[in-house]
Amino acid sequence: MTELLTVENLHVVFQTYAGTVYAVNGMTFDVQPGEIFGLVGESGCGKSVACLAILRILPGHGRITAGRILFDGRDLIQARESEMQAIRGRQIAMIFQDPSTSLNPVFTVGSQIKRIIRHHTRASRKVTEQRALELLEEVALPDPLRIMQAYPHELSGGMQQRVMIAMALASGARLLIADEPTTALDVTIQDQILELLVELRRHVGLSILLITHNLGVVAETCDRVGVAYAGQIVEIGPTSEVLRRMKHPYTQGLLAALPSAQQKGKDLLSISGNVPNGLSVIPGCPFHPRCPRVMEVCWQTPPRLAAANPGEMQHQVACHLYSPEVAQ
Amino acid sequence: MSDQILIETRRLSKYFHPRQGLFPSKRGAVRALEDVNLTIYRQETLGVVGESGCGKTTLGRVLLNLARPTSGQVIFEGQDLSALDHNALRRLRREMQIVFQNPYSSFDPRFSMFRSLAEPLLTHTDLRGEALEQRARELARQVGMPEDALSRYPHEFSGGQLQRMAIARALALNPKFIVLDEPTSALDVSVQAQILNLLRNLQRRFKLTYLFISHDLSVIQYISDRIAVMYLGKVVELITAPSLVEGQAQHPYTRALLSAIPEVHPEEKRERIAMPSKAPDAARPPSGCSFHPRCPFAMDICAQVEPPLEQISAGHWSACHLIHS
Repeated sequence: MTELLTVENLHVVFQTYAGTVYAVNGMTFDVQPGEIFGLVGESGCGKSVACLAILRILPGHGRITAGRILFDGRDLIQARESEMQAIRGRQIAMIFQDPSTSLNPVFTVGSQIKRIIRHHTRASRKVTEQRALELLEEVALPDPLRIMQAYPHELSGGMQQRVMIAMALASGARLLIADEPTTALDVTIQDQILELLVELRRHVGLSILLITHNLGVVAETCDRVGVAYAGQIVEIGPTSEVLRRMKHPYTQGLLAALPSAQQKGKDLLSISGNVPNGLSVIPGCPFHPRCPRVMEVCWQTPPRLAAANPGEMQHQVACHLYSPEVAQ
Repeated sequence: MSDQILIETRRLSKYFHPRQGLFPSKRGAVRALEDVNLTIYRQETLGVVGESGCGKTTLGRVLLNLARPTSGQVIFEGQDLSALDHNALRRLRREMQIVFQNPYSSFDPRFSMFRSLAEPLLTHTDLRGEALEQRARELARQVGMPEDALSRYPHEFSGGQLQRMAIARALALNPKFIVLDEPTSALDVSVQAQILNLLRNLQRRFKLTYLFISHDLSVIQYISDRIAVMYLGKVVELITAPSLVEGQAQHPYTRALLSAIPEVHPEEKRERIAMPSKAPDAARPPSGCSFHPRCPFAMDICAQVEPPLEQISAGHWSACHLIHS
């Protein structure tokens, strides 16, 4: 199977008043056709920036300094702006955390969806209207005719996010980048939106790159997951593998820090220190200042992604604990 | 037994009257709290959980008298807050504090941390000069912050550090009761764990009583002794944390909330309860049980008669007609 999207050794920096911020430092992952790939990590780990880089919609002071982003075999970093125009929306669509800021408050939902359909297909008024209604039905919105007439503020957050998903589907995109699509929603609504994404993958054959900080969301929706830290992937593999037999001390720390009923009455294991601010590149392994199992080699040599278990290439981890030279 | 009780509410209600422009709206009052009877015992953590708009934040604000109740009473250590005059209320303020969700918006960006911490002390105590500085340093230490943090400003801190300072400020007057309104919702998991540990530590050390408000049922299950589940301004279930963990929850809404938490190991989940998405309008609550339009087990009676909060077993109350069927 060939990858739909491959991100290879991606580097992104921002020029700020405080200095250069190294947001993404050699991130590597891929999304297969029809797959839901989860990119998980804490704030500042570069997960959102990596996705903005894929669509080349980084804010003005951000720059891709190295790496390749292959979509269908084509390098998006090398693509001309006019070529990107044809890819954004039509091939790769994106939805964001807060749907209320993504919708235009002064136009009805219907006119916003129809505008997108017309932009991409140049269909007749009647066909467009029909297609818009179909899309709203596809995202399981009740009473699509009424929703078409409604303004964004008349809809709840969950409904707004459904409208955003409908708009993303309007262009017939093959890859949907969903940046924390449920973080602003209540748990019961989050559950429904995630179910919708899984459903769309099955019906429409959509590939989804899901960005989240919530490991539970990953567990319930994603086929594979990459754990990001300080702009790099530190562990990647099939979701059940990574969450059941996690290898990287950071992944282990993240899971141990989750409050649960079982841990009641006991202190939660927390990762000491703070998430790095990106103002300097940490030498060696980026996690070494916070790692409970740090070794001398971690200070100097950056670990590379390698098979977590001998002979198993799916589950990979970037940690010296598992490299054969150190083990001896 | 009664001296075990720190706070009690009696038929506490709070209505908001939305306006459209200059004129009162025709939509009627939004009931944020309706007939809430709660008892909070000394040194316990009462968790309050519910979806946005269920009135959990309003409950915290009314308990501290930051918002005046429309009707009903809040009894703090035997004193009815609504009967107190301005001065008496001001003295009581030392006993009750609050920590908000977003620490960035709860500090004045132009105040140094010392000034922010000193403010409650200057208002309520006679501490001045060196003694004041000493107290501020002590507070910073208690929440695990270095002393030089006091000379810095809010923008120089991360969210987790700032939340520590917000907790330090809440501790400044040695309160008995702290409302924690989503104190970790804006934080990353690893930092959230640090703050939860800190809060548990401080509770033991200073014999604090917490009202812990959160939409996150896994956090609530972890930190609370008892849990109140709210829906549309009402407490629909009151349950001890061990019973909730053992799957004793009775109310369909509590069970639906539990089933909606995304679990890291989904195969261990007990049941799945699907709920229609349409959350009701708090200004036009449904008849009978306000949850009945979304309830998968709704019966005829649910649309007509409102179920009262009834005791099922020791420490477990639920407002649902299913108890009797």
